[in-house]
Amino acid sequence: MRKLALSDEILLSVEKPARYIGGEVNMRVKDPKETEIRFCMCFPDVYEIGMSHLGIQILYDIINKRDDAYCERVYSPWVDLDKLMREKNIPLFALESQDPIKEFDFLGITLQYEMCYTNILQVLELSQIPIYAKDRTKEHPIVIGGGPCSYNPEPIADFFDFFYIGEGEAAYNEMLDIYKQCKKEGKTRQEYLEQMAQIDGIYVPAFYDVKYKEDNTIQSFEKINPKAPDKVKKVIAADLSEAEYPTKPLVPFIKATQDRVVLEIMRGCIRGCRFCQAGMVYRPTRERTLEFLKECAYQMLKSTGHEEISLSSLSSSDYSVLKELVYFLIEEFGSKGVNISLPSLRIDAFALDVMSKVQDVRKSSLTFAPEAGSQRLRDVVNKGLTEEAILKGASEAFWSGWNRVKLYFMLGLPTENQEDIEGIAVLSDKIAREYYQIPKDQRNGKVSIVASTSFFVPKPFTPFQWSRMNTAQEYIEKQRFLRGKINEQLNRKSIKYSWHSAELSELEGVLARGDRRISKVIYDAYKDGCLYDSWSEHFNVDKWIKAFEKNGIDIAFYNSRERSEDEIFPWDFLDVGVTKAFLLREYKRAKGEAVTPNCRQTCYNCGAKVFGGGVCFDEGCGQVLDECIEEANEEVCIEEGRQDRLNDSGEVHDEGKN
Amino acid sequence: MKVRIKFQKYGAMKFIGHLDVMRYFQKAFRRAGVDNEYTKGFSPHQIMSFAAPLGVGLTSDGEYLDVSLLSSDEPEVMIKRMNEVLTEGFRIIGFRFLKDREENKKAVTAMSLVSSADYLVSLKDGYLVSPTIDTQEKFQKAFLSFMKQKEIIIDKKTKKSEMSVDIKPMITMVAFDEVEYTEKLKSLIKEDTTYVENQWNTENISDTENYSHTENTIHYYNKSKPESMADRYDNGIKVYLQLHTGSSANLKPELVLEAFCNYLKVSYQEFAWQMHRLEVYTREEETGLLTALDQLEQ
Repeated sequence: MRKLALSDEILLSVEKPARYIGGEVNMRVKDPKETEIRFCMCFPDVYEIGMSHLGIQILYDIINKRDDAYCERVYSPWVDLDKLMREKNIPLFALESQDPIKEFDFLGITLQYEMCYTNILQVLELSQIPIYAKDRTKEHPIVIGGGPCSYNPEPIADFFDFFYIGEGEAAYNEMLDIYKQCKKEGKTRQEYLEQMAQIDGIYVPAFYDVKYKEDNTIQSFEKINPKAPDKVKKVIAADLSEAEYPTKPLVPFIKATQDRVVLEIMRGCIRGCRFCQAGMVYRPTRERTLEFLKECAYQMLKSTGHEEISLSSLSSSDYSVLKELVYFLIEEFGSKGVNISLPSLRIDAFALDVMSKVQDVRKSSLTFAPEAGSQRLRDVVNKGLTEEAILKGASEAFWSGWNRVKLYFMLGLPTENQEDIEGIAVLSDKIAREYYQIPKDQRNGKVSIVASTSFFVPKPFTPFQWSRMNTAQEYIEKQRFLRGKINEQLNRKSIKYSWHSAELSELEGVLARGDRRISKVIYDAYKDGCLYDSWSEHFNVDKWIKAFEKNGIDIAFYNSRERSEDEIFPWDFLDVGVTKAFLLREYKRAKGEAVTPNCRQTCYNCGAKVFGGGVCFDEGCGQVLDECIEEANEEVCIEEGRQDRLNDSGEVHDEGKN
Repeated sequence: MKVRIKFQKYGAMKFIGHLDVMRYFQKAFRRAGVDNEYTKGFSPHQIMSFAAPLGVGLTSDGEYLDVSLLSSDEPEVMIKRMNEVLTEGFRIIGFRFLKDREENKKAVTAMSLVSSADYLVSLKDGYLVSPTIDTQEKFQKAFLSFMKQKEIIIDKKTKKSEMSVDIKPMITMVAFDEVEYTEKLKSLIKEDTTYVENQWNTENISDTENYSHTENTIHYYNKSKPESMADRYDNGIKVYLQLHTGSSANLKPELVLEAFCNYLKVSYQEFAWQMHRLEVYTREEETGLLTALDQLEQ
């Protein structure tokens, strides 16, 4: 029988002991003594969130396919266990073998959202691994970071031995092969890192030095080790249907955020919304083939026993054979009690037909993400969704029996004025009015509209990376202004308004566009007790402000200034394909309220074509097709879509707030 | 067709709560390709019901789950198929067809049948009962004198109030080793049913090729008594208890041990005892005799 790292007494006194025992369905079991490389993959948040993440399942599968390596997992211990482990000096352990992580060769940490940074330090400290990379020796695991936040790794650069920039399918095996070789040849940690630095996708922070100007902007960002490259190039899997897919994903005992089979239908997005980092850094858009996905669906439902399957992508409606796939899933699995969930789907006749087949209309709600309240501002952010399209979609849905709508907006987008904000209230009201066009005897009770606003946070590698971000105070004022405007609407009683925390967004802004000097702030905030910052009940803004003050770091420098065109950004050393010149062009077009067509309509030469795959090479791409531009680009998600959206933006915990 | 499945829950699975066990089995049936019957509607779910849910921290050799199937293979095949998709800590040890609802006088759920259960309570290594009680011999003596009291009053907390209850009548058997337990059981269970060791005897039907549920024959399903998955401890201190269990009267073994510690005037250590369920029974009204749930046709 498997031995557990924690005693019965500890496991029975913490919340949800299943978080710490491993042994889940499809967990890989190997004898660590018979493998040469021990890898621990970490999602620095609570188990239920981390277990829902597809990326880790992909990497877990890739590494464990090798006989010479054993990949295990760890998640952030919840605060109750955190306390006990510190009191009793218990080292953090991996779920599979229950062995201490400090004995491993690698600790890989996925960086899905900025607000998990203090949790990274928690995992390192509980593992009894030195928090700063410079303090680690050959006795310690090599600590790697990867995922969305690695597109600006600088605020956490000091804590990592290296970052892996790009998709795991591309270079993970090479990384492990080099390690094995180095181990065999008795090479030092430094020598391994030097060798790694020479392959694409690897960034070793210690090999670079940053100098700052008097005004605190970056003077220079230069390598100090001749073996390191000047620029680090993102790596991708050019052909996704040849890439491996985890057909035996882990199934947790306790309900995870994603308690379903997740079928990734494509990567990247053709849309080019100007606030969206994922839409830029995951270019070029690449689809998986229908045959490949059908086969995966069969195998994954069989191996997990899940009763639901969900399609995953940044914009499912843009998947070219979506209809074929969806109808196949409904016909093949619908009768076997498998629920089919379709996030990020544009509302049209097809979507309504599918939705009425797969869910109870009375219980589900429609989700629109107009992002901005006015057409002017939607043009600025390049969100092609028009008011006509939203109202038409909502109206059709209302006539088909739906009566609940969720709307997602952002406050604080560049160039925003009061009319744009008021537009949110007006649009919400117009949707309600559409509902009351239906004769009373044919209505399904009252309409319910939930308008929710998050605060815009400019992200690296987006056209808005130069942009000024609003202060928490400005956000709160905007939110109050909108509250007032909603109360002026005819259907105000049908509209519920909710918003995210302004302070949290402000901090996210600093961590997103920060430089290496921020690491001290993160360290001090953590040492002062900050942990699980993305959980509103644990977020302590005062401690963070104290940490900024202690280090003499001004939040306004990072958030509240428009950056100049020639400023060197902390993340400029990364080459993600999409060029800085393209992003600047897009920023200027945004200010001119000019819409940029999507990748299938015309190529605006963003730079992602260098990867040699995806939509850039599709027939007809690169030409402007007039009739396509006319097409409504509305993007709509049905209820299940919400979880994905939230996971992407890392705001999952704010659900239901206010 | 209704089927009663008997399973063991052990090792690290004692940390998995009842609701998660239900979800676990729903997915396990799908992995095994079992032809479950589903409820109708937009969120169909498998028709299943558990007998006496087991608390977190307890292990068991005798858990029961009733399910409705649309079709089925022979019990042996079904057990094998299920066990192939289960993870360590869950094991199916029994599978039998129940009489159809129409054939039963009234529809019964596994839950409503339960009236008694056997437990093995062991002291975990690294703990002491009291400074002086450090062997099974001394423990047995102390426990017997505890049981000799006229009544054993405890404060039982319910959702609404706290009240004093005499739990002594709810403890129907006490034994200190397996031989004594087996002997005492013989007088408590119904004669025409046989105790677990014989329960697996398949003589009656081993010649019968036909396992179809439509034949109202009794289908036993396991040829040998499965090994108990109870944790064993070096200190050897343990007690077998038979307690009232179910909706009308329910006594958790934890409460008995707490009362025992109070009697000894030592503090009850919540994590010192490993509770392990051995079997679950229904009680015949007229005779008061017990029948294990897997011996029933309903």
